[in-house]
Amino acid sequence: MKAPGGPEVAAGDVLLSVEDVSLAFGGVKAVNDVSFDIRKGEIRAIIGPNGAGKTSMLNIINGFYHPQQGRITFKGETRAKMRPHDAAAGGIARTFQNVALFRGMTSLDNIMAGRTLRMNKNLFWQLLRFGPAMKEEVEHRARVEEIIDFLKIQEIRRTPVGRLPYGLQKRVELGRALAMEPELLLLDEPMAGMNLEEKEDMSRFILDVNDHFGTTVALIEHDMGVVMDLSDRVVVLDHGVKIADGTPDQVKSNQAVIDAYLGVAH
Amino acid sequence: MFYREAGQFKTTYQADQAVFPILQDRIGLAIILVSAFVLIPLAATDFFLTVIMIPFLILALASMGLNILTGYTGLLSLGTGGFMGVGAFACYKLTTIYPGVNIVIWILVSGFFSTALGILFGLPSLRIKGFYLTVATLASQFFLDWSFIRVQWLTNYNTSGAIEVPTRTLFSMPVTGPNATPQFRYLVILSIVTLLTWFASNLVHGRIGRMWMAVRDMDLAAELIGIPLYRTKLLAFAISSYYCGVAGALMVFFWYGSAEPGVFNIDQSFTILFMVIIGGLGSLTGSFFGAALIYGLPIVLKNVLHGVGINIVPATVEHITFMSVGALIVLVLIIEPLGLARLWQITKQKLRVWPFPY
Repeated sequence: MKAPGGPEVAAGDVLLSVEDVSLAFGGVKAVNDVSFDIRKGEIRAIIGPNGAGKTSMLNIINGFYHPQQGRITFKGETRAKMRPHDAAAGGIARTFQNVALFRGMTSLDNIMAGRTLRMNKNLFWQLLRFGPAMKEEVEHRARVEEIIDFLKIQEIRRTPVGRLPYGLQKRVELGRALAMEPELLLLDEPMAGMNLEEKEDMSRFILDVNDHFGTTVALIEHDMGVVMDLSDRVVVLDHGVKIADGTPDQVKSNQAVIDAYLGVAH
Repeated sequence: MFYREAGQFKTTYQADQAVFPILQDRIGLAIILVSAFVLIPLAATDFFLTVIMIPFLILALASMGLNILTGYTGLLSLGTGGFMGVGAFACYKLTTIYPGVNIVIWILVSGFFSTALGILFGLPSLRIKGFYLTVATLASQFFLDWSFIRVQWLTNYNTSGAIEVPTRTLFSMPVTGPNATPQFRYLVILSIVTLLTWFASNLVHGRIGRMWMAVRDMDLAAELIGIPLYRTKLLAFAISSYYCGVAGALMVFFWYGSAEPGVFNIDQSFTILFMVIIGGLGSLTGSFFGAALIYGLPIVLKNVLHGVGINIVPATVEHITFMSVGALIVLVLIIEPLGLARLWQITKQKLRVWPFPY
């Protein structure tokens, strides 16, 4: 799948890199001089204790927060800050820690909304809803149905998402992000609050997305088992500072990481 | 038993994306349209047309406009009356300056003047949200209301400050003014309202409708999937004001016949808002239900009370109406926040499985 804008990045090359990024809210330094990169096609985990700045990092990447310092390079283009619209148009999709679905809409409409950027028939045709507008609607419906099949949520197509259980809402949200056909998928705690079975399902979806669609995934997760199994590389943040970066095995045996999670005797 | 879609299999996405996917709904719609266009003009008395049908259709159009803004996009506006007034005064100025152009064209064009002002007053909507935006629209209401009274150019310097609707013809029959027949006026309004309802329904079921609802439900997520918040909100303001403007022009030219500047005051805004709330936020059908209930209630009350022999003065009827509408709004907000439209949906759902419980 090809994102709408920007040059192609070959698998294994750096898709996105953040360099020396700092973000402060008043006196609180949420992210302090952090640099790391995400390579095309990998699953990259961002972990760390509560308040480490993981979600702030994702918010910086998709342009919701603007860092005071540092540079972000996405698909070869360097900028001081992303804007949400540029990030979306460039192919960055996102799910949220607390599900952020459009509660009044059905699952189908939620996922269809994810394709807004790819639909372009103007107001005139939208008023008439036949001809090109209907053709476009049907084309995108077909793509959305593929995603619905992929996530196995056929029977809740027409259900308003507000009435769905939490696990399914998370799945619909993943569907909405996938509908954008992103190059980089940011998942903020995709498995928070799930039981083992749901976690296994979600892990399988993430691996499948990465495998079938070649989508690069960056995820935040607290379940270490999941992180170690899924991810190719892990970056560890603590109090806004990067303390480790590497393969799961390297990170697991890193003394700074162990100290951050278990604490040190003072 | 009769309202059931069993056996209606859809083989194309086009059929499944239709606005009325269920056959019985389409039959029902056809029956409503045929009776509205053929039976009612043939059978109804002049009283029924002028007092009930014409006002109902115009108010439904205005509520539809406000529903696009408030129900679909989640931007609460108290400026409806003002935008309706802009349509009415624009239409009056246009038809007095260029009397040769057909009045129906001027009515449809005058909506664009409301659109322009709607966009102008919608500009703050990027920066301010919720109650603060409501206050901004309230300011627009007062500003416009003030202009209608103070700017005498709008009423062609009429000493009474009111506008008198001149007689205009369509197909060489009078369609406005004192000589127009109710049947003809009704048919013209019905055609305009049907057309605009069809447009609105197409919009809310497609990409633009999804953008509006996304902004309403979770603006943050909407922005991150690439929906431009500002443009989406302004588009809602534009289209909503267009509907209100056309409704205002129709109101003065086809219903009142003349208008004091005061008719487009804050009360009008609130009346339309109540229609939207009671009818159902985010439902076009609901706009019709709401208009029927709020406008019809006092008429029904008066006639029923007279019918059973209780002769009460009109002032009392008005008080009773105010109280019952107030009580209704509170009840609706507590019991069914999505209004009559939601009740209608539940009824349809029940009908589908009837006589079984599920």
